[in-house]
Amino acid sequence: MRRVIIVALLSSLLLPGAALAVKPDEILKDPALEARARTLSQELRCMVCQNQSIDDSDAPLARDLRLLVRERLEKGDSDRQVLDFLVARYGNFVLLKPPVEPSTLLLWGLSPLVLIIGIGALVIMARRRRSVALEAEALSAEERRRLDGLVHEDSAS
Amino acid sequence: MIPEIGHYALVLALGLALIQATVPLYGAARRDAALMQLGTSTAVMQFVFVAGSFAALTACYVTSDFSVANVFENSHSMMPLVYKFTSVWGNHEGSMLLWVLILALFGASVALFGGNLPVTLKANVLAVQAWIACSFYFFILLTSNPFLRLAQPPLEGRDLNPILQDPGLAIHPPLLYLGYVGFSIAFSFAIAALIEGRIDAAWARWVRPWTLAAWMFLTVGIAMGSYWAYYELGWGGFWFWDPVENASLMPWLAGTALLHSAVVMEKRNALKIWTILLAILAFSLSLIGTFLVRSGVLTSVHAFAEDPSRGIFILCILVLFIGGGLSLFAWRAPLLRQGGLFAPVSREGALVFNNLFLTTACLTVFVGTLYPLALEAFNGEKISVGAPFFNLTFAPLFIPLMFAMPFGTLLAWKRGDLLGVAQRLMTAFAIGIAAIAITFAAAGAEHVLAPFGIGLAAFVIIGALVDLAERIALFRAPFATSWSRARGLQRSAWGTAIAHAGVAVTLIGITGAATWGTERIVAMKEGQTITLSGYALTFDGMVQRAGPNFRVLAGKFTLREGGGVVGVMEPSKRTFGARGMTTTEAALLSRGVSQLYLSLGDVNGDGSAAIRFYYKPLVLLIWLGAVVMALGGALSLSDRRLRVGAPKPAAKTALQPAE
Repeated sequence: MRRVIIVALLSSLLLPGAALAVKPDEILKDPALEARARTLSQELRCMVCQNQSIDDSDAPLARDLRLLVRERLEKGDSDRQVLDFLVARYGNFVLLKPPVEPSTLLLWGLSPLVLIIGIGALVIMARRRRSVALEAEALSAEERRRLDGLVHEDSAS
Repeated sequence: MIPEIGHYALVLALGLALIQATVPLYGAARRDAALMQLGTSTAVMQFVFVAGSFAALTACYVTSDFSVANVFENSHSMMPLVYKFTSVWGNHEGSMLLWVLILALFGASVALFGGNLPVTLKANVLAVQAWIACSFYFFILLTSNPFLRLAQPPLEGRDLNPILQDPGLAIHPPLLYLGYVGFSIAFSFAIAALIEGRIDAAWARWVRPWTLAAWMFLTVGIAMGSYWAYYELGWGGFWFWDPVENASLMPWLAGTALLHSAVVMEKRNALKIWTILLAILAFSLSLIGTFLVRSGVLTSVHAFAEDPSRGIFILCILVLFIGGGLSLFAWRAPLLRQGGLFAPVSREGALVFNNLFLTTACLTVFVGTLYPLALEAFNGEKISVGAPFFNLTFAPLFIPLMFAMPFGTLLAWKRGDLLGVAQRLMTAFAIGIAAIAITFAAAGAEHVLAPFGIGLAAFVIIGALVDLAERIALFRAPFATSWSRARGLQRSAWGTAIAHAGVAVTLIGITGAATWGTERIVAMKEGQTITLSGYALTFDGMVQRAGPNFRVLAGKFTLREGGGVVGVMEPSKRTFGARGMTTTEAALLSRGVSQLYLSLGDVNGDGSAAIRFYYKPLVLLIWLGAVVMALGGALSLSDRRLRVGAPKPAAKTALQPAE
């Protein structure tokens, strides 16, 4: 009886968000191949989901893709070949890490560019400031005395 | 009657906000004390009315008044009481009401606790705060009214989204909003300073506690959200680089940068323009976060709103505040005089380094999150930017940042001695390298990067301790002297050290869980035992139960280690009748700071159950680190100097006419 109820419950369980991602029956016998399949799965997007890899997703499409990846690996494809095969079929949309192309140049390049420009600007500013500071120091015979006075006053308070 | 009162209270709050948005501003320009004073009373009354409105909606939920459309769509009479409270903000309209409630709370706090602010600054800050409030009141009243009635009240509600029926909903959104909205104060202060055309070190001293408080809430809020996703979504991930998560990470990164640059401004009167810009950016990113989540531009678990008219409205608010703020910045910032000079190798220099890397990291997240949207709008090309991209681009920015942390705190202001600091950090270096060696020896060379992560974390933690030891002259002076110095040490110094150590603790957690975690995915028969990382798990069978508004199908498992029973794990699935949805409830068992994570999958016809069983070493440190960070912030916030606020003389100078 209990089993019947469980099976009855099951029918309502096959809903998005309910099941697990990788299912036991998908796992390959060869642990090395399986490990490669898992790594590849994390790089591939489940196209019907929001920002989920096929490794995380429990959508039927993700399962199909996981099985496809494993099938290709068992046939002796390299990781690169599997990815190329999927890109040929589904376009770059399937890759969670987009390739460097003219249309993604800004995506990959903007942060490094800003970092380099930022460092460059800081170096130039530091140089300019140093020359300003040197000039200021040259003038400061009188100012220095006043400054010392101020510093002492400040530390005393 | 109650919904109508709530609706009316919100309209009155809008009226007050309109007065507050204009009159104090005019008063500040005219130096009219009475008009400026008005801002204080309207800010407090605004909070009273919004709180009343919020209480009215809460009352509708608690009494399950299904004649209110919002309650009908998001509640159920059988739901436990706590979820009747939390479902107030578990939907679009209610969460926007929470947003303005927190905004009004911050506005009222400035009005009440800002007694030592220069009067014109206070008036301008409250006016800017009211501009933000006005636009969101209009947004709620025109597009997202939570008090709409249904002509024919149904008998039963549609229930809250089951994923949200979790204690996480009670804590995560309010904390996150306290963080998001808290940055509005920094924004208002920045705009007010630009309007007045003057800014000084005292300004930074007033802004810093508000920013620090917002930052603490945001830190804990993000960590809480991450833990919620970890246990609720059933595959044990803790950060998915989901656009909604990124939307909260961006203000956090900008806010962290702002905290650090405000220190430079307060102590050395430098980086003024930059600090103002960061204050504008931090809140702009909060607004963008609100837009991304609320407009339905991204459709994911979090995004419950899908009406484009709302999206366009929020977009207008975005353009108004970000565009307006930045234009004002471009126009008025040149008026601000730059202050203290410093050498590149100095505490200021280190904080500039911090800011450069944090803002670049923020930019990386920003570009990665919005690029797919922009590219598709531009030429229709669809690309995905996910975890592999962010891991690859984010880590190279955070590693140098963390490595520089101990140097920064040890460098002197104005001109530092890098070699001297490196010498003082010898102990930290040595322990860091030892940690790398030990990790290599213990865990093997399979994951090359992981030992370096642990080594870096050890370096940062010891570096923070060295900083404290240096300040109290530990081992250099007699112990009694060190002890009295330690007691006299500013709390903000303790806070810095603790917060920095917290970042390292989080790094250890991420390294541990991401590299040394193990898993088994199997279909288990009743009575079967599997092993994982020294633990044995036995499947004892399935049980069923009835919850208040759901049915439970649970698996019973016994966990053993070395023959002894460690505990019982009971992962389950909950089926919610009202929506016909099912959620997975993973079973978690903590062993120190590591966890065992068991999640239930399909139950097959032959009675075997598919399970996912994970061992997640050190995983709790991820969130513990965030708590430690916030603790550091709290300690710094309790520093006497911050509480007392700026010295009196500044108030006098503020009354001089602005140029």
